[in-house]
Amino acid sequence: MKTLFAKVWDRHEVLRRDDGVSLLFVDRHLVHEGSHHAFRKLADRGLAVSRPDLTFGVTDHYAPTRPGHATDAIRGMMAGLVENTARHGIRCFGPDDPGQGIVHVIGPEQGLTLPGLVINCGDSHTSTHGAFGAIAFGIGATEVAHVLATQTVWQKRPPVMRLTIDGTLASGVTAKDVALGWIAQLGADGARGHAVEYAGSTVRAMSMEARMTLCNLSIEGGARCGMVAPDAVTLEYIRGRAFAPGADLWDAACADWLSLATDPDAAFDRDVTLDASTIAPLVTWGTSPEDALPITADVPAPKDDHARDALAYMGLTAGRPLAGTPIDRVFIGSCTNGRIEDLRAAAAVLSGRRARVPGMVSPGSAAVKRQAEDEGLDRIFADAGLEWVDPGCSMCVGMNGDTVARGERCASSTNRNFKGRQGQGARTHLMSPAMVAAAALTGALADVRPLLRGRT
Amino acid sequence: MTGWRAFTGRAVVFAHDNVDTDQLIPARFMSAPRAQGYGRFLLHDHPDRDTLSGAEIVIAGRNFGCGSSREAAVYALVDAGIRAVIAPGFGDIFAANAVNNGLLPAVVADTAALRAAVDAGGEIAIDLEKGTLSAGEITETFTLDAAARDKIVNGWDDIDLTASHTDTIATFIKTYHGTYPWSRPNPKGEPTCA
Ligand code: SF4
Repeated sequence: MKTLFAKVWDRHEVLRRDDGVSLLFVDRHLVHEGSHHAFRKLADRGLAVSRPDLTFGVTDHYAPTRPGHATDAIRGMMAGLVENTARHGIRCFGPDDPGQGIVHVIGPEQGLTLPGLVINCGDSHTSTHGAFGAIAFGIGATEVAHVLATQTVWQKRPPVMRLTIDGTLASGVTAKDVALGWIAQLGADGARGHAVEYAGSTVRAMSMEARMTLCNLSIEGGARCGMVAPDAVTLEYIRGRAFAPGADLWDAACADWLSLATDPDAAFDRDVTLDASTIAPLVTWGTSPEDALPITADVPAPKDDHARDALAYMGLTAGRPLAGTPIDRVFIGSCTNGRIEDLRAAAAVLSGRRARVPGMVSPGSAAVKRQAEDEGLDRIFADAGLEWVDPGCSMCVGMNGDTVARGERCASSTNRNFKGRQGQGARTHLMSPAMVAAAALTGALADVRPLLRGRT
Repeated sequence: MTGWRAFTGRAVVFAHDNVDTDQLIPARFMSAPRAQGYGRFLLHDHPDRDTLSGAEIVIAGRNFGCGSSREAAVYALVDAGIRAVIAPGFGDIFAANAVNNGLLPAVVADTAALRAAVDAGGEIAIDLEKGTLSAGEITETFTLDAAARDKIVNGWDDIDLTASHTDTIATFIKTYHGTYPWSRPNPKGEPTCA
């Protein structure tokens, strides 16, 4: 009786030392501009990349989202990756590549992300790829250099927590709300060090994109990785994607992938349950993803120093309703909520309406951008007064210069409301893309549900 | 990297909870080459950053180093002269990055006694082998994985360690790819414009 996690882990264990640390084979290694430290380490030791065929590069963190917006420093960061990958014979989805996009969006999109794999990237939201039933986790630069040199990673087997979510999500409630909900309940370190398997009827009913949002945010609850067992929805998503198995291997692959699901009596180190029907659209009020509450709630009275400090930074007064808090701008995008379904959800709210505040919509990849334009979503955003820009990490992290000004309040579909994350002194409220759209229309934090009436 | 077993140094209290890696080093500094030194970026935008000046050991709050995988957060601490952080818990990836750079992430569930001892302007003596932290009359034990401890003590570098397994890895991959041929990227794969 094995868990999904155990099945995938065991097939990748090259060896295990006496102290319990295992050497795992890595199926896919994704690198981006931030991997420059690791490439330098490799160069300093004169080492080659062990498996360039299993390594893929992409420019995303520094990618300019508007023409002419790249500074020399930003161009240098992208050129550095293009050079490093070219030197080692690694396929790179560079600035003008039709496959360019945010690393955690393009992995699944290109069929590089598959069930049963071990996937590493020097980025904490690598947990996203676990939505396919892969063990996918972020690593630091020293480990990136190690994976480049050896195609393996040393890891201590983590305990496994099952998060069972049952019930139907109400209209206007999304995977983002489920994720913020459990993190608010257990804390930003609530799943620390665990591999989390998401199970239950709510998860089974989710699309792949929703599952990716759920797994993406695992790291914000402290988890090492998040996983969902492959099923028919998974296979349907993968079929026909560029780097996915072709017809010759497809049936065998599917049979193998479906066998990865957790066995009925497998034991977990920890079990947590969540009732989906009780979840409302959430927004964050503080500076940690755990600081989340239903939009219908009031700004909480601070219970500790963290909360006092967070409210001061955010410029909020305890006891006032969260809804109605004026905002300065909105951002829709990121590896959490920059996929086509996210853009459709925001467009469904915005269609035929005008935003009261400025904002940007950055699709998660060039492919998402093309599809959105084919569907006319770009027009809906533009007609609403929002800027439709190129794909990249953009205002999620501000490395490309897309930042929120000091003291400005931003309703954002991203994953981190950390101090200064979107820019020095920026105030970030995390929420689903539909909720961001609602905030854009009203110029304030707002409940999206009334705005959806008659639309869904 | 050179290993270490014991260290005594000036400790300070930085009692904030959830100090994330974006605070430890804001993203805008991360394009700099390491050779330039990252110490000056440490907690650059944090109102209490001066607390850390001259510190060698930091007693921190809950969930220190949560957030991104940026090893630059560890570079900033190390380059600022910090050898150990003591906290009730750490971000997972941060702790692994710390160990890879000889920075001790010492887990102490309740740091109140140490904080009290250090507030008087104290030093802390770290003994890695015994797993203890001593300040004045007080001695606390800390939690750290045996493997992580060995790595810091010996200054081990994983690439060197793994090199001794090169043949085992090659054999493993051959068998693995034979058993799960669909796990490889489809060689015909090229992104489509669809
Ligand atoms: S979109 Fe944001 S969270 Fe995702 S990879 Fe880019 S910077 Fe990281």
